[in-house]
Amino acid sequence: MNILNRNEIIETIDMVEKEHFDVRTITMGISLLSCIRDSAEETARLCYDKICKKAENIVKVAEDLGMEYGIPIINKRVSITPASMLTANFSGKEVVLAKALDNAAKTVGIDFLGGYSALVQKGMTSFERSFIESIPEALSVTERMCSSINVGSSKSGINMDAVSLMGKIVKETANLTADKDGLGAAKLVVFCNAVEDNPFMAGAFHGVGEAETVINVGVSGPGVVHHALKGVKGLSIGEVCETIKKTAFKISRAGMLIAKEASKRLNAEFGIIDLSLAPTPVMGDSVAHILEEIGLQSVGAHGTTAALALLNDAVKKGGVMASGNVGGLSGAFIPVSEDIGMINAAEKGAISLDKLEAMTSVCSVGIDMVAIPGNTSAETISGIIADEAAIGMINNKTTAVRVIPVPNKGVGEYVEFGGLLGRAPIMKVSDYSCADFINRGGRIPAPIHSNKN
Amino acid sequence: MKAIVTVIGKDKSGIIAKVSTAIAECEVNIEDISQTIVQGNFTMIMLCDLSASKMPLKAFHEKLVKLGEEIGVSIHVQHEDIFNAMHKI
Repeated sequence: MNILNRNEIIETIDMVEKEHFDVRTITMGISLLSCIRDSAEETARLCYDKICKKAENIVKVAEDLGMEYGIPIINKRVSITPASMLTANFSGKEVVLAKALDNAAKTVGIDFLGGYSALVQKGMTSFERSFIESIPEALSVTERMCSSINVGSSKSGINMDAVSLMGKIVKETANLTADKDGLGAAKLVVFCNAVEDNPFMAGAFHGVGEAETVINVGVSGPGVVHHALKGVKGLSIGEVCETIKKTAFKISRAGMLIAKEASKRLNAEFGIIDLSLAPTPVMGDSVAHILEEIGLQSVGAHGTTAALALLNDAVKKGGVMASGNVGGLSGAFIPVSEDIGMINAAEKGAISLDKLEAMTSVCSVGIDMVAIPGNTSAETISGIIADEAAIGMINNKTTAVRVIPVPNKGVGEYVEFGGLLGRAPIMKVSDYSCADFINRGGRIPAPIHSNKN
Repeated sequence: MKAIVTVIGKDKSGIIAKVSTAIAECEVNIEDISQTIVQGNFTMIMLCDLSASKMPLKAFHEKLVKLGEEIGVSIHVQHEDIFNAMHKI
């Protein structure tokens, strides 16, 4: 081949066939601000119609692009304006909207719809409180809808009233879906520094600063990075970083091409590429195994945080070189139930919730898909959320908590969610209470370094 | 547009004949071809021009993938832009 190098062609094919390279999601962000009316029913109807119209072709376009470029596109998703902004006029009837959103997701055939969300990082209005209180029921009567709440930011501090409330909401959501081992809580994430253009679930929403319709694309490829690192065994850390960067570059460029084409065909603006190493529970698609390839006997060993820091940074650098529009969360996700290497480490006791918390100070998001005992108190869950939010607030990064207090199950037992959500051993939380701290309420003020004006 | 057709599988007689016949039937022109055998594995890469073809890429793709299944090799048809995007700065 004089134009294209044959090794590069074979490399691309191997990435997909043997190393699980995929475009994880094409997510269409849709503004629903134009659908706000006085009644729940009318607002719900207009939201349903708008989503069905705007996202009508997303599944077909994604399938066509996957075929044309030979890169599988796993999920088709929609993110919407934070729904709490749509429900201000009909507090108490939010679930009417939730059902319409879920129906819209089913009608257009997408995998998930994100944005049953509220941004309460500084304060909470009465309609936002009512909205948050509707989440457990909303997630128990819908299938494809995901919810997220932003409780803190580096600029505004941490809303401890919201943190306290979310501990209760997470627990109630799990209890209302007890027949599915608390699956509802797997679709609920609590953020600090939430981003407005994240294409990944459960935390995607369409920020109010965004255009009418936007395409954000999430690319993944832990297996590709893992495979590339096998070629630099025993070499210096500098070689490891370079290898990750080069691989991230290639993955991002593929995503960029597909994102631009998808935007054109769907008549939407191109938003961002989110290059996130997002593991799946299948063998060969694990972030934990990348860390082990770098030189850890098991993820969770001392050195894990440092290895993850270099991985996360190198991924971002490779991505930034490939595209001027890298955004979202970009980096490495470290969910437990969705990563076979993490599951194994949790099973043998190599990784704890405490080590995971440390890792979240350098990964792209936070404590993700961790199953905890069903009898964990709401205050303890709030404590986990507060710790994560503090790490995010002080370090100017996005952090999040997605824990599942599995009803009627305890440490050592298992929970099976199936599909991309995977399975997980239930992990131990601290035996000591933080209730008096959480119950104080109020707000943790923004850190000194937020005063930049 | 141009597509890269990749054929990978166990070597046997007639692979090139069958694949190139199918491509010709679609009125697609083969502009460049490279073929080797590595440890018994047949690997062929073809640069194809579809601009004169009345067949849409999807149908061309489906026809070749089906042919691959019939003759026991793996055939990929991909828009050439994906390789340019990933491997050229």
